[in-house]
Amino acid sequence: MVPLAGGAIQSVDWLAIAPPTVTAVVALAVLVADLFLPDARKPLLGALSIGGLAVAALALIPLRGGNRSTFCLTGPGTAHACSYTVDHFTLVIQFLVLGGALLTALLSVGAIADAKLPAGEYWFLLLSSAAGATLLPASRDLATLVVALEVASLPAFALVGLRRGDARSSEAALKFFLSSVTATAVTLLGVSFVYAATGTLHLTRIADALTHTDPQLTVLAQTGVALTLVGFAFKTAAVPFHFWVPDTYVGAPLPIAAYLSVIGKAVGFTGLILVAVVAFPSYADVWAPVLAVLAALTMTAGNVAALRQRPDRAHSAVRLLAWSSVGQAGYLLVPIAAAGYADDPGHAIGSTVAYALMYAVVNLGAFAVAALVARTSPEHRITDYRGLYARSPLAALALGFFLLCLAGLPPGIIGLFAKVTVFSAAVDAGLGWLAVVMAVNVVIALYYYLQWTAVLFRPAEGEAPQAVRAPAVLTAAIALAALAGVALSGAPQLVLRFAEGALL
Amino acid sequence: MQILLAAIVALPLLGSAAALLPAPPGLRGRSPEQAVLRHGVTVTGAVLALAVALAAGFDHGHPARMQATTDISWIPALGIRIHLGVDGISLPLLVLTALLTFLCALYSYGSPPRERSTSPKAFVALLLLLEAGTLASFAVLDLMLFFLAFEMVLVPMYFLIARWGGEGRERAALRFILYTVLGSVVMLLGLLLVGIKGGTFDMVALATDNGSKLSHTTQIVAVVAIGLGLAVKAPMWPLHSWLPDAHTAAPTAGSVLLAGVLLKMGTYGFVRIVLPVAPDGAHAFAPYLAAFAAVGIIYGSLVCLSLARSGAKGDLKRLIAYSSVGHMGFVLLGIATLTPTGINGALFANIAHGLITGLLFFLVGALKDRYGTSDLDRLSGEHGAALYGKAPRLGGLLAFGAVASLGLPGLAGFWGEMLAMFGSFRPADGLSRPAYLTFMALAGLGTLLTAAYMLVVVRRVCMGGNGTETAGHKPGTPPVGPLLADVQSYELVSWTPLVALTVLAGLWPAALIGLTDPAVQQLLRGGK
Repeated sequence: MVPLAGGAIQSVDWLAIAPPTVTAVVALAVLVADLFLPDARKPLLGALSIGGLAVAALALIPLRGGNRSTFCLTGPGTAHACSYTVDHFTLVIQFLVLGGALLTALLSVGAIADAKLPAGEYWFLLLSSAAGATLLPASRDLATLVVALEVASLPAFALVGLRRGDARSSEAALKFFLSSVTATAVTLLGVSFVYAATGTLHLTRIADALTHTDPQLTVLAQTGVALTLVGFAFKTAAVPFHFWVPDTYVGAPLPIAAYLSVIGKAVGFTGLILVAVVAFPSYADVWAPVLAVLAALTMTAGNVAALRQRPDRAHSAVRLLAWSSVGQAGYLLVPIAAAGYADDPGHAIGSTVAYALMYAVVNLGAFAVAALVARTSPEHRITDYRGLYARSPLAALALGFFLLCLAGLPPGIIGLFAKVTVFSAAVDAGLGWLAVVMAVNVVIALYYYLQWTAVLFRPAEGEAPQAVRAPAVLTAAIALAALAGVALSGAPQLVLRFAEGALL
Repeated sequence: MQILLAAIVALPLLGSAAALLPAPPGLRGRSPEQAVLRHGVTVTGAVLALAVALAAGFDHGHPARMQATTDISWIPALGIRIHLGVDGISLPLLVLTALLTFLCALYSYGSPPRERSTSPKAFVALLLLLEAGTLASFAVLDLMLFFLAFEMVLVPMYFLIARWGGEGRERAALRFILYTVLGSVVMLLGLLLVGIKGGTFDMVALATDNGSKLSHTTQIVAVVAIGLGLAVKAPMWPLHSWLPDAHTAAPTAGSVLLAGVLLKMGTYGFVRIVLPVAPDGAHAFAPYLAAFAAVGIIYGSLVCLSLARSGAKGDLKRLIAYSSVGHMGFVLLGIATLTPTGINGALFANIAHGLITGLLFFLVGALKDRYGTSDLDRLSGEHGAALYGKAPRLGGLLAFGAVASLGLPGLAGFWGEMLAMFGSFRPADGLSRPAYLTFMALAGLGTLLTAAYMLVVVRRVCMGGNGTETAGHKPGTPPVGPLLADVQSYELVSWTPLVALTVLAGLWPAALIGLTDPAVQQLLRGGK
């Protein structure tokens, strides 16, 4: 890029910022179009949003070479630092976010019609949140990072509470909002401390500055580092910031629960990776053990709670998915913690990315089948899944496959190997104890995933609800996730290659 | 040859998927049930034919060399390659697996699994998936693929037990899978450690290195972790507690495959992975393994003896399951001697146990079908079940299985256990001889106890008055009491091969040992 006018005016690489920009522009377009469209034509908004997300995802293709930066400081005497960077890490996460949002959108079409949600607001909020989540992996300074985090989160609060007249929905939104805002406030405090100690907001410069901070400012810098991480830990639903998860998932419309479980987590751990690995590598001896302990606690808390869900209670299916997503967040944290111990952090981070991609596909798939089942049994009980194989064999096989992927047992081969990469990151970093804790957790998780899988194939009790024809969009979502899962199981290299190369 | 081996692994996998699809026109058979069961027989039969062809094409002059190898990169990111191959150690197990699965499919064709409201479609699909997993675990030469194959058998076996099993099936199935997964995840950690420190997951390369790239500590940790996973599967006392329930609850085909094939994956792993890859670690842990094995032998036979007692409400299936603990103890003892004699014995006992226990589970399954129970007390009543009188062929076969199981010379059960004890008489250098002599004595005691309970079973089930004489029955008229069908033709077809092979292996052990010995020698020399 040519520095213009002494660096006062930054040149903007429009292509590089296309994915979040397209998403945001389409969001605004939907909001405006909503004003002018008669009620009967409202489904067009869904088509527009899905199309917009697809275009945004396609905009990643010209970027696949990687290594583009924009919004750089170009003034004389300053080291090169950019606020927006497109590298392979960015691209993979943006692909995950946009792909996940696209699947969520496919789930949403039916949900909006069934629950009579306000279409315009729903699509606008979903796209805005997706735009924030797409921006986040590319941001390389703390200000952009926090802004992206909030753009991704704020619409999500509203989405959770969108079921008007439903007390549970409003309560869920409030819980989510309050705990999230507290976490953000803490993050901001941390960011200000870090800024005070280092005098910069750019991640790479912070990394430099932290290596030689004024001894008087060490405590300030340490506090800042710790507090900044808290906010991101909240988004990944790590213990002890996980209490909001089950209630929020149950209260939210189902597609939004799916969205939070995948994109919400992606946002959290991306931020965590950027902050911990890029900005604070010199404090690895502080955050790495903390993250390792958090990972162990998170997976144990999530899995044990999931284990205790009674299958005949209302919403047990969603609660189980919610708690299991907490458990999975624990696995996602393992490689990040390992990165603090490893000589080559990019390698360990790749395991998280590979695992997250697998998790995104199969978890969204599981939610998609849950949405299908909810059409006949809106109570979301696990017992409602009895006899699913007899009613709709393909949906049952798909859900069984997704659950076994989450459990990490063949035929869910991709789930197995994704776990293997996480284990290998832990073993490689010498975190043997964490690997053993995770091994025990895998067994606990297997128990409830397998119980659920077994329920699918049992004959139905009494009057089974009749099979209804699944709407085409929902079928497409399930098929898309199942195809992706099967393809990845045949060729795990497609996602696991991120686990070998240095992404950052 | 390569294609043959690849087809052996891939064919059941494809067959499993095909079993779920509706039958194509022309293959519909009498009913969808019959068509899918026939599909199972066809696919497993084809796999058996391929396995026999592989055995025939195998270069018997060089059984220590890996043959029919395929080596394709699959997941470069993790360094995982699809590396297949057979040598003298894996070939017999491969053929045994193909044979037992085929016989199970045949048996199920004759006596379809009874289950509420579903067709046997899923049964056949799961059986084939199970076969793919077991065959793959004996054919792969990559640690991660071995782990994958090891895990692949779990889900099908879980569903076979949980859906087609007997009383308490869901608990038993869950227990089976949780135990095994806990073991295998720990094993994964060990495999990863070996792979990361050794620089490769390739078993052949690692065996050639013979642990030279692994420090002593790494080897110890790796052997503990890998050994734990394999010991759960084998099963080694005291990690066996999943086994009796699973065997008792499983349907006949499930028990046969569980005992005949799945347990072998554990012992095969010891021979194929632990010994060559981490020889120092194996050397350090061999005495403990041998001790546990010896305890297992005694424990298994004592439990069997107490189950066989009159009035103990012993279940015949459970009894045979516990006898497996004892027999696998011999296999583990043989491996723990770290001598060619002991390991050859272990591999021989592996095959023999597969044949004999497979046969016994078939027979007990047939008994259970006829009587509706496998409870020994209810079977035998006060006077014994008198199977010789009521169903002479069935009784004869049961007596044959029992006698083979107790290790009568001239039958397959004898050689393996004798060689294992023989190896333990003179263990490898550096192992404590007195300790091994003790283990040998314990194992010898175990064979006596085995003979005792097996003969008790034969006496109670096969012999005895039929209880009708005392009720004023006149000699010369046909006995009353429950009418018992003797061996049916489908049963005869699926059992005869096992009987024939038991006799053959007993009379001509050299055929098998000639295959394994060069491979074992090479393994102990460090792959050279």
